[in-house]
Amino acid sequence: MHLPTLSTGVLALLLASAAASGQTAPAASPASPAGPASCPRIDIPYTQFRLPNGLTVILHEDHTVPIVAVDVWYHVGSAREKPGRTGFAHLFEHILFEGSKHVKTGEFDTLLEAAGGTNNGSTNTDRTNYYEVVPSNALPLALFLESDRMAYLLDVMSAARVDQQRDVVKNERRQRIENQPYGIAVLKLPELLFPAGHPYSWSVIGSMEDLSAATHQDVEDFFKRWYGPENASLVIAGDFDSRAARALVEKWFADVPRGKTPPEPFFAPPARVAGEKRVTVEDKVQLPRLYMAWLTPAHFLPGDDALDILSSVLASGKNSRLYKRLVYDLQIAQDVSATQDSRALGSIFTVTVTAREGHNLSEIERVVQEELDRVKAEPPSQREVERALNQYEADVYRSVEQALGKAELLNAYDFAAGRPDYLNEDLWRHRALDPKDVQSVAGRELPDDARVVLSVVPAGKTELGASVRPAGKGGPR
Amino acid sequence: MRNARLAVLAALLAALAAGAPVAAGQTAAAAMPDRSKAPEPGPPAPLRLPSPQKLRLANGVPVFLIERHKVPLVQTIVVLRGGASADPAERPGLASFTASLLERGAGSRSALEISDLADFLGAQVDAHAGWDATTVGVNVPAARLESGLGLLADLVLHPTFPAAEIERVRAELLTELLQRRDDPEEIAAVAFDRAVFGKHPYGRSIEGDEASARAVTREDVVRFHGTRYVPTVAALVIVGDVTPSVLSPLLERSFGPWAAAAGITPPAVVPPAPQITARRVYLIDKPDSAQSQIWIGRVGPPRSTSDYFPLTVANTILGGSFTSRLNHNLRETKGYTYGAFSYFDFRLSTGPFLAAAGVQTDKTGPALVEFFKELEGIRAPVPPDELRRARNYTARRFPAGFETDAQVAGKIRDQFLYGLPDDFFNGYLSRIEAVTAEDVRRVARKGINPAACAVVIVGDRQKIESQVRALNLGPITLQSIDDVLGPADGTPVAKP
Repeated sequence: MHLPTLSTGVLALLLASAAASGQTAPAASPASPAGPASCPRIDIPYTQFRLPNGLTVILHEDHTVPIVAVDVWYHVGSAREKPGRTGFAHLFEHILFEGSKHVKTGEFDTLLEAAGGTNNGSTNTDRTNYYEVVPSNALPLALFLESDRMAYLLDVMSAARVDQQRDVVKNERRQRIENQPYGIAVLKLPELLFPAGHPYSWSVIGSMEDLSAATHQDVEDFFKRWYGPENASLVIAGDFDSRAARALVEKWFADVPRGKTPPEPFFAPPARVAGEKRVTVEDKVQLPRLYMAWLTPAHFLPGDDALDILSSVLASGKNSRLYKRLVYDLQIAQDVSATQDSRALGSIFTVTVTAREGHNLSEIERVVQEELDRVKAEPPSQREVERALNQYEADVYRSVEQALGKAELLNAYDFAAGRPDYLNEDLWRHRALDPKDVQSVAGRELPDDARVVLSVVPAGKTELGASVRPAGKGGPR
Repeated sequence: MRNARLAVLAALLAALAAGAPVAAGQTAAAAMPDRSKAPEPGPPAPLRLPSPQKLRLANGVPVFLIERHKVPLVQTIVVLRGGASADPAERPGLASFTASLLERGAGSRSALEISDLADFLGAQVDAHAGWDATTVGVNVPAARLESGLGLLADLVLHPTFPAAEIERVRAELLTELLQRRDDPEEIAAVAFDRAVFGKHPYGRSIEGDEASARAVTREDVVRFHGTRYVPTVAALVIVGDVTPSVLSPLLERSFGPWAAAAGITPPAVVPPAPQITARRVYLIDKPDSAQSQIWIGRVGPPRSTSDYFPLTVANTILGGSFTSRLNHNLRETKGYTYGAFSYFDFRLSTGPFLAAAGVQTDKTGPALVEFFKELEGIRAPVPPDELRRARNYTARRFPAGFETDAQVAGKIRDQFLYGLPDDFFNGYLSRIEAVTAEDVRRVARKGINPAACAVVIVGDRQKIESQVRALNLGPITLQSIDDVLGPADGTPVAKP
């Protein structure tokens, strides 16, 4: 059995932490020495090879449960869309389930369900994924389906197929954006953060107008441009024999032709928020919500890891800076969150706070600003950082419990770092951080004079928004 | 995303960096595949789930343990029979409110200290009330199991219910209840339960309502905890990277002192709800909605029904899978929705049957027509191919529900709660595969009656009322959001 295991290093570390946890006061625990020697290691053994047509294949065996996850990543997302076609990468994702030359309309799902399998896909700015989770006896079926749409999608493409999924996607947009409280922020934040024309300046879901404009020809062009095997990777994780699976992959993907043009490098000129942008929008909501967002270093660039930990120090758990002040002590907010959304061309750090009834967003912003100023002025305690790191690590364990979770990690790290098992280095680079790193990243990457302050307020109550910077503390610095 | 309901990895990895070189050798070209026929899966691998080891603490509390040494985590759960069904009539939401307070002070620790400890351990704590049980869980790295179990025992046995924390949780709950007004699905859920169950306990919300949230006292909570958090209604479920020899002494230490107060009996199962006898429409106005939420249903059978397996297969065909009739028709054929589905919510007593979708506003009437076509259609004989696919889907995807420690613990919890036989899981596949077309027809005719159901629609009344009236589905009750959720009285929820 090839299962994730821990090196003795982590056991020592975990035991030391458990001993320290007996203290109930938030006292500092001894700092853990940095570097791989004291760090956890999660082994996800894999074999990797490339087919003559350029498809990257990664296999990982896990025989715990008799199922297999098949996970295909195409290295294209909404950031590659053309002007006037926002939302197209995601619409295309839907169309890929509608059949290919040897798979009749509807059969993609009926064949999988008859075998006890499920499937789905998702699109973000940088990549599109497609996956099946099937009983292990149905691995050949999943490979047949994935390879057929990689090779023969256009043989059966028609305007009617595009129209049908266009209606579904418009309803996805209605359900997830228009009919969703605060859904408007998903549309507003990208356009406020990035300059017009930047590949991250529109939302993945796109505009209704552009969705209406998408044509059959767009589908052909997009497929030829981005859906060749050399721009994709296939991970199979679960209960199978690697030699047999390799033979199956070689068989089913043998007739997938290499793409005609090699994919262009993924690039955009560095973006900067020009000053502080303050915008207030109305929505059908009871309570105002504040979004403060910054453009931050891309995935794996210096600072990306420290911002992960900073997000936790600010908003994870009742002792986090923002939760404790806004929700616990002052009781002027219902919820807070902070995220570092790591992306290839540049990341986004967002603080989100929903006000309680009777409180406005200027009041909220003043406190957020005080806490940002504080973390910039002095490092967080060792305990705060240790807490964040321990949560980060335990979340990694939870993400490798499922075959699909591991398949996604292998694909994600191979895509982003060039190594499927970069998971461990990623853990280590976080483990190596100390409180000063967290302090300095806040000062460096979250400036007051280059950010978006978006207020989403109940209809007719724009006065609840943070349209001007609150006076007093937190003024221009 | 293609289908939100089926998504299991929501935002696992948001977005990642640029194209990377692939290290690897090239492989020789293989023979061209024969694509004339989809490969037929061979016989399914037998599913051999480990039976839980059954232990018992000295105080009588049963312990179900499944060892899994895959990932260094342990899922620990205390399950307490009762849950929201045991709420006093004048205090709906009490079980839920009590569960929310466990993390707000227990043993010698304050709310902040509990949160600090859990975060430091890398633990996830979850305490919530369902209809049939309160479940308190701690998921913790295996090396920190002792601290995790100590915390779990404190939460269940020794909550302190500090007055200031009660006020905090009350304010948080009142705000959540206020925010329900924003979300058409939440409005539909409250309206649907009331329409189907009326004054029956299942007609209330698990979270209660604004009046009970304002009225609940510390005394209510302390009494509820004293009578409902007792070893005679409890079980422990432990799944993960641990052995009995390590676990037993830890459990005896943490849960051994738990003793039952005399004269406390498990809560009675709530009586069956009266069935709906006619069709009635409830149209709730939410102006400017881009979609209408349509929820159609009635009183369903309890978990103990002998028709459990045929009902499960019937529902897979109707609305329990992507290729189900409802989703295929309303999404894939008509394009009215992002997804349509149905389910039987099996509980100790008679939970609801529900068929639902969010449909674009201008197709509300046509969508209702298709709903009723399918609710009628499932009562007719099902073609053999469709039946075979539904049986296979239901049975063969079953093993995929046993991947994580938390998933397995949840299954064992259900086995305890619903008194399922020891061979329930390993026998599941054959029980599903034995379901016949006649079984499906029989249970569908009994359980799904489109002529006697509640039809709840939340949407823009101005745009949809005439569409709905034209269908003559039955008497229409027009309601406002205030009618469903009570008036938003504007009283501040917190006075810090």
